[in-house]
Amino acid sequence: MPKKDHILKKRNPVIECHSVYKIFGDNAEKMLKNVDGNVDPKLFQEAGCVVGVNNASFEVYDGEMLVIMGLSGSGKSTLLRCVSRLTEATSGNIFVNGQDLLSMKNRELIELRRNKMGMVFQSFALLPHKTVLENIAFPLQIKGQSTKDSINKAFEMVELVGLDGRENYFPRQLSGGQQQRVGIARSLAVEPDIWFLDEPFSALDPLIRKEMQDEFLRLQGVLSKTILFVTHDFDEALRLADRIAIMKDGVIEQLDTPANIVLNPATEYVRKFTEEVPREKVLKIETVMDPVDDTESLSDLRVLRDAIIETVAEEVLNEKQPVQVVDNDNKLVGMVKPSKVIHILFGKTTSIAQSSASNK
Amino acid sequence: MVELFVKDKRLQLLGLIIIFFILCSIITPSEQNILWRFPALIAQLPILINEFVDYLMFEFMPIEIFDPEIEEYEEKPLFKEITRAIARGILFSIDLIREILLGGVKTIVTFTSWDFVSENKWAYWPALPWTVVSGIAIFIGYTLKGSSLAILVCFSSVYIAVFGQWEPAMETLSFVLIAAPISFLLGLGLGVLGYKNKNVEIALNPILNIAQTMPHFSYLVPVMVFFGVGDHAGAIATIIFATPPMVRLTILGLKNVPIEISEAGMMSGCSNFQLLFRVLIPSARRDILIGINQVIMQCLAMAVIASFIGAKGLGFNLLLALNQLRIGQALELGICIVLIAVSLDKLSLAWANKQKNYFANKSFFHRHKYILIIIFILILGSIVAYLGNFIFRDTYNYLYLIPHNKGITTENFWQAGVDWIWDTFFFKLKVFNEFLIISVLMPMKQAYLSMPIVATFVLVMGVGYIVGGIKSALIVGGFLLFIALTEWYDRALITAYMTTFGVIVSAIIGITVGSLCAQHQLSTKIILLVCDTFQTFPSFIYLIPVIMLFGVTDTSVLIAVIVYATIPATRYTVEGIRSVPESLHDAALMSGVNRIQRWLKIDLPLAFPHMMLGVNQTVVFALFMVIIGAMIGTDDLGQYILKALSDKNGTGNGLVLGLCVAFIGLAVDHLIRTWAAERKKILGL
Repeated sequence: MPKKDHILKKRNPVIECHSVYKIFGDNAEKMLKNVDGNVDPKLFQEAGCVVGVNNASFEVYDGEMLVIMGLSGSGKSTLLRCVSRLTEATSGNIFVNGQDLLSMKNRELIELRRNKMGMVFQSFALLPHKTVLENIAFPLQIKGQSTKDSINKAFEMVELVGLDGRENYFPRQLSGGQQQRVGIARSLAVEPDIWFLDEPFSALDPLIRKEMQDEFLRLQGVLSKTILFVTHDFDEALRLADRIAIMKDGVIEQLDTPANIVLNPATEYVRKFTEEVPREKVLKIETVMDPVDDTESLSDLRVLRDAIIETVAEEVLNEKQPVQVVDNDNKLVGMVKPSKVIHILFGKTTSIAQSSASNK
Repeated sequence: MVELFVKDKRLQLLGLIIIFFILCSIITPSEQNILWRFPALIAQLPILINEFVDYLMFEFMPIEIFDPEIEEYEEKPLFKEITRAIARGILFSIDLIREILLGGVKTIVTFTSWDFVSENKWAYWPALPWTVVSGIAIFIGYTLKGSSLAILVCFSSVYIAVFGQWEPAMETLSFVLIAAPISFLLGLGLGVLGYKNKNVEIALNPILNIAQTMPHFSYLVPVMVFFGVGDHAGAIATIIFATPPMVRLTILGLKNVPIEISEAGMMSGCSNFQLLFRVLIPSARRDILIGINQVIMQCLAMAVIASFIGAKGLGFNLLLALNQLRIGQALELGICIVLIAVSLDKLSLAWANKQKNYFANKSFFHRHKYILIIIFILILGSIVAYLGNFIFRDTYNYLYLIPHNKGITTENFWQAGVDWIWDTFFFKLKVFNEFLIISVLMPMKQAYLSMPIVATFVLVMGVGYIVGGIKSALIVGGFLLFIALTEWYDRALITAYMTTFGVIVSAIIGITVGSLCAQHQLSTKIILLVCDTFQTFPSFIYLIPVIMLFGVTDTSVLIAVIVYATIPATRYTVEGIRSVPESLHDAALMSGVNRIQRWLKIDLPLAFPHMMLGVNQTVVFALFMVIIGAMIGTDDLGQYILKALSDKNGTGNGLVLGLCVAFIGLAVDHLIRTWAAERKKILGL
């Protein structure tokens, strides 16, 4: 994803969540009022309540992909369901395109879902009695589109996700990866602005998962939707996300760009995830970039500041002199010394964090 | 020692049985001894029910209704007006379909009057020639599923026509075509309500339980009182019986829809209505289709029983044939019923699975092809029927309607067969029969009758306690108490004895056959197919061959019970054993077990809870058959239910007797279910 994070802040937030709580149990609402937002999960558990989401606040900007990462039971899917209002949040405010989601009437909510939202599910959730084509056309038909129009549109979507020739298959006749392609096509059929994905690739085997992630990145490159993506796979989150929110026990532990999470884990819990992550796969050239020093002669090689280190490491190390770093307009913004790249590739993780922190 | 006793349920059971026998031996049999038999404290209950029904029907909430005959307002009780209105509506629908199929004037009369019809000879709705009805049915079968279904439908209709059963078959069909859709819709509606609202489900549960375990006969009297006698009453009794499984399966199916599918529907922007009809119900279709199958099977199973309260058709004729011991004819009629049941079942299944084709070339002919072909069949059939007038100048027009019993018949052949069996095996069968009755059945019956009530209570409640604690003990105790306080306790014991005998034999046969068949893929398929086929037969059919062999005795009833009740025992055994995980078999194989050991040590223990659910079904099936057996003479509750049918004030008796049977079934059901659930939890299934 080229050069997003530094311009994101200027964009409008499409989804805003302020202090969202979701607590399961009979008198959850009352208890939440009593403790005034300071939820102690143990106390609630004793009262027969289960804390799903605990004081979550975040924004998703236009065209951004926010990945919510957490292990099972961390409340990530619950948070997603609060934002899509499949479950009612116990307290808090959620705004979608500036509209207050939680105060919407049923009618308005249906309208919103019919036109603005699409969702992909972990278990695919295809209708077993409908063919590929009918499944994809389903949201359109629900909106009231004629059979002919919806089927034509569904044909387009089939081509988009590369299922040509399988239009009349039933879900049970497809492999997991193919089923999820149908799920993706269905969620995109109404051309939504907001795209929810709930562990879409978790039920697939590793090879297919990698393939689907590539496919997903290709699609997002074309479509630029605003995305809320839930996963339990940290590598997947690093690979896909513009920003990652890491959840534990219903609390968002850290919300930042993949690079920052890897470099500066906010809590011990987050640090454990980042320990094993190869830095060169996450960090961009700009994190090891030095300001241009006129005294040093630079090599002719130019690398983009947004390039992931791994992708350019070999070229950089083949040079004797520092390499020029340029931005997207091919303007010189700095230089990178091969020694720094070697340090990233083979150095100790803690010292990397310190050195790049000092770089900032 | 005490600790051991608390822990080990087998020891508890042993202790219980010892106490039971001690009680049996010390309590003296005497009508005055309260420990021997409880006084019939609720003997008044049937009378109270009768009085309540009378009040409801003749006095409750009188309303003013204009009577066009005497041109005056008249006071009529509300409830009776409602039931009569329902009855008229259903009767009208049945007659309408019946007259389309067979011709008649009743529909025209409904809109005009009898005078109009008798003055105008043209006012007669002509019957469709049987060739047209069959042709359309075959065509529908072909469009829905192709030639296999067309052949089945073709065979069924030709069989029915050739054997001269066209008219009664169409009468039965018209009755089923009304009762089945109503049951389906009612069941689906209640099921959806139960799914949406927890309280409704809780309220429905006991009603469904009782409705499913009450014998068919006991509905008949109240239905007769409320709705009168005739096809509509038969249809209503059928609906009451066919709806509960539909409700059950709808709730089950909807609950099994994965939550993500309903979420996917919601995220597609479904309204509640769309979510229900376009997402949830279609996704639950597997269970709902089983529900449709159940409804159709129940409807045809009721065809015979409904004829007790005036439903015309195959069932009525079958009953007549059985009463006259015309085995051959009964058999032919029975096959007709089975064929209709199977055809309707397959047609409805194919219809529900029908796919839409979006790529059809839509010319005029294509868009209207169904209606055009049907018109074509109609015209062709009519011409053929007209030509038939000239071909069969001196006899009946076989190309139009084949009059009842004027087709070919194989009755003589079957009769000869029965005679031959009687002549050849009479002695052997008689010896077997007498041996069974004198050495097994009579002593068993005597043993049941000589159980003191207190001992029975201790035994039943004790088993309840061991299986499911205090709660279960109280539940089964409550069921037993109700039966004990009626005046039919001894009769209930006889029913219990016959059921027990039937269940023991069925379970042994079923578990053995099931275990053997489950060993191979192919034999598994075959046995499940056999079970399916046997289950499509209406229960009455089973009486035909056994009467052939054993005449009108208890043995006949019991053998019919055993044949009928073995089906679920076999099926559940096969299913249970087949569901034992393959990895366990592999593990066992690696430990070097042989086939027998595997069966004893692995298959049986793991499949046992599921097999017990089969035994549970066996009990319910056996109870039904024992009650139906009253038709050929037994002296248990069934006999009294049958008597209540012909009694003007039979409502109360019929209902209370029905409840007694239902409670026997429910008590066993509760015990086995609780036990199996517990067991499955322990085994982690």
